[in-house]
Amino acid sequence: MAKVHVTTSINGEPMEYLCEPSDTMLDALRGPLGLTGSKEGCASGDCGACSITLDDRLVCSCLMLAVEAEGHEIRTIEGMAHGDKLHPLQQKFLESAALQCGICTSGMLIASDALLRKNPNPSEEQVRFWLAGNLCRCTGYDKIVRAVMETAADMRETAQ
Amino acid sequence: MNVVTNNKWIGQRTIRPDGVDKVTGRAAFAADTTMPGMIWGKVLRSPHPHARIKSIDTSKAEALPGVKAVVTAKDIVDFPVDKSVMLGIQDMRWMCRNVMAREKALFPGHPIAAVAATSEAIAAHACELIEVDYEVLPWSIEIDDALKPDAPILHDFVKFEGKPSNIAGRLEVKKGDIVKGFEEAEVVIERSFATRPVHQGYIEPHACLISVAADNKTTIWSSSQGQFMVRAMTAHLTGINQSDIRAIPAEIGGGFGGKTIVYLEPLAAMLAKKSGRPVKMVMTREEVMRATGPTSGSKSTVKIGAKRDGTIVAAHGIFYLQAGAFPGSPIRGAVGCSFAPYDIPHVLSEGFDVVSNRSKVAAYRAPGAPIGAYAVECVLDELAEALKMDPLALRLKNAAKEGTKAAHGPVYPRIGYVETLEAARDSDHYKAPLGKFQGRGVASGYWFNAGGESSAQVNITEDGNVVVTTGHPDIGGSRAGIANICAELLGIDYRRVSVLIGDTATIGFSNLTGGSRVLFASSIVVTQSTEKVIHTLRERAAKIWDIDPEAVKWENGAAHPVSPNAGQFEPLTLAELAEKAPSMGGPIGAGVQLNTVGAEGGFGTHIADVEVDVELGIVRVIRYTAIQDVGRAVHPSYVEGQLQGGVSQGIGWALNEEYIYNKQGKVDNPGFLDYRMPVCSDLPMIDTIMVEVPNPKHPQGVKGVGEVPLIPVMSAISNAVHQALGKRFYSLPMSPPKVLEVIEG
Ligand code: FES
Ligand code: FES
Repeated sequence: MAKVHVTTSINGEPMEYLCEPSDTMLDALRGPLGLTGSKEGCASGDCGACSITLDDRLVCSCLMLAVEAEGHEIRTIEGMAHGDKLHPLQQKFLESAALQCGICTSGMLIASDALLRKNPNPSEEQVRFWLAGNLCRCTGYDKIVRAVMETAADMRETAQ
Repeated sequence: MNVVTNNKWIGQRTIRPDGVDKVTGRAAFAADTTMPGMIWGKVLRSPHPHARIKSIDTSKAEALPGVKAVVTAKDIVDFPVDKSVMLGIQDMRWMCRNVMAREKALFPGHPIAAVAATSEAIAAHACELIEVDYEVLPWSIEIDDALKPDAPILHDFVKFEGKPSNIAGRLEVKKGDIVKGFEEAEVVIERSFATRPVHQGYIEPHACLISVAADNKTTIWSSSQGQFMVRAMTAHLTGINQSDIRAIPAEIGGGFGGKTIVYLEPLAAMLAKKSGRPVKMVMTREEVMRATGPTSGSKSTVKIGAKRDGTIVAAHGIFYLQAGAFPGSPIRGAVGCSFAPYDIPHVLSEGFDVVSNRSKVAAYRAPGAPIGAYAVECVLDELAEALKMDPLALRLKNAAKEGTKAAHGPVYPRIGYVETLEAARDSDHYKAPLGKFQGRGVASGYWFNAGGESSAQVNITEDGNVVVTTGHPDIGGSRAGIANICAELLGIDYRRVSVLIGDTATIGFSNLTGGSRVLFASSIVVTQSTEKVIHTLRERAAKIWDIDPEAVKWENGAAHPVSPNAGQFEPLTLAELAEKAPSMGGPIGAGVQLNTVGAEGGFGTHIADVEVDVELGIVRVIRYTAIQDVGRAVHPSYVEGQLQGGVSQGIGWALNEEYIYNKQGKVDNPGFLDYRMPVCSDLPMIDTIMVEVPNPKHPQGVKGVGEVPLIPVMSAISNAVHQALGKRFYSLPMSPPKVLEVIEG
């Protein structure tokens, strides 16, 4: 089968890759693009470990075709920090031990970031429902929810 | 109650050494790596629950362009069934048949053959071209079916009471005489319970990448709870020498016991050997659900007798646990742990290991103990009700303490079980009012904990920092605890300590990450290694000052003279001594390998509040507090994390999670959509109270903490549901259709 050529932008950089028409975006990220920060936990859209944003919209990269990135903006965990400066969510996750094994962490961070962009002042319930698509088997979510809410509070303060 | 210490780092919420890698996506898990020339492996799996394999024809698959190798059971070392070959708790007779079906396929998903090809798609297509001639046999999934007199026998050579049977073993622990005990009892409660198999549910599917050179030198890159286990099992099952295998531990995306055995590695190794190419294999979620784990389903009967004043005099437990296709269900945990929190004079606890046509069970967090505790702690709740006692008061009256002899053997040293009960009783949570259709339940749990083999190496870098290497995969933040301990002992900032997990070629043998043993065991060898390093540092300073090493003490990261009589010298810091190392005897470092002992059992008590939606039958956990004697919380955040994670797994087990089978004997819910693990919106915040009664047999007082948090959850929630509804459930999960049925009926 002939491969398809895709031109896109990933984490703010222009990017090109070749993929099979049936490849998912997750396949392309983890394969030809070498961006293995997005993880595959289910390949069926149920665990959120592969979360990325497509033009600022949170998506499961396992449910999106690699060819659909053509002309769009993709963001992955690899683009979250600026140089050696971590994103406030990354910093808070570290400080508050909001990760144990770390396999869900990339997806959790991308999803949390997408939430805070839309809603800088989420209630606990809003955080819980927003993150309901991101499974974590290790933490019981407690520290993750707290980290997201504390980051939101810090970011609101700095924004003022 | 909490120990007050002057520690600088032990007990602090420091940032874990591997943290930045994990929040930036840099950390490499098993599926994240490639090797030049790599090809892909895929497994052909049995569609039948039980079938004799008459023949396998792989010729069409081999002829497919792109296919580089095919392996079947012929390529895996055979361990004849007449003699057991134990490796840890696994018997190689079963392991060689579990990784690849030999005479018979014993469950749907049982590997039949594996293919390596230039792409995953070609490998998958080649699997479809393999022709297998099966003689389909009758099968049984449930315990009751497997125990019927005419049940299909899975293994002719498994005998019970002299006859071929699906009961593969019986285990009992005993103390006193239960006949006499029950005669003394004034109130006796006896109930039967059932639980369904539940999966460990780690988010990272099994994966490995292996290359085998023509001279057998083998490199394995995989996620597991033990690189040494991977090396040994792969060696046993492929015939490659252990010394030729280098097993490198990738970061591990959850395990909970489910990654303590191998599934893919021996197949990938043989595919790599035959093809001469590195082979990568990654399971799909469906393969994980069908062919790995889960833990046992069970049925049990528990009888407890007490005096009217609440003194428990006798207890009898009978636990049947599903082993899956091969012997080895965790009956030891069920029998040994279930009555262990209590001081009961007459106890008999019996476990039966039952094989049936489902995937072989794997360890899951305190294997067996949650199943036993579910039955025992529910009966205790009924007993408290019958005696009109508060359930915590009943437990306090009978609580095991220092000097209590447990039925499974040990006499307890100073333990903190009573403290967990008192903390529960005195908590705000226990006193808070409840609303309509709300209920509160309590339950306790015990786990053995473990020590065992551990190795560490502590090296001082030329710039005066520290690299610690241990041999246990870090599954939940153990590196953070080790950094705290090493920094504390050396008196330096914890950020100057890097903690690495060595591969099998670079660090001494270390047993699995499991059984709540890692921080206990590794901190002993890290402590001893660090002490050796400190000894060297003192000797070096003594030589420089030309005084006796005994006259040098190590404090705040530097050598000091012990007193003015030893001489007046400026302290020599770690960095200064490291710099002088080349001219002062060379590199500074030390390693220790040890079979660690002194792991003492762990106890916890939980309080659960639930609210039942009586229209929909949905049980929601609205408040939860987990209280545990954690020995010493070396890194409190990760201890809390263990408690919270265990509780959420237990909530899943109690309310929703179960393997559902269809009429063909196949798992019908092999994905995260239908196998419903708790998501964020299903749970409340999970409060924790850490009771710290230091383990007297450990340099820092450490006790294992990872297993206990799962044990009391199912019974605490069951007891809460009972209070909310006035009706009791005797089987799990308490899923909405079942709850509705009880409400309506
Ligand atoms: S891998 Fe995409 S949602 Fe699970
Ligand atoms: S930290 Fe392990 S799955 Fe979330």
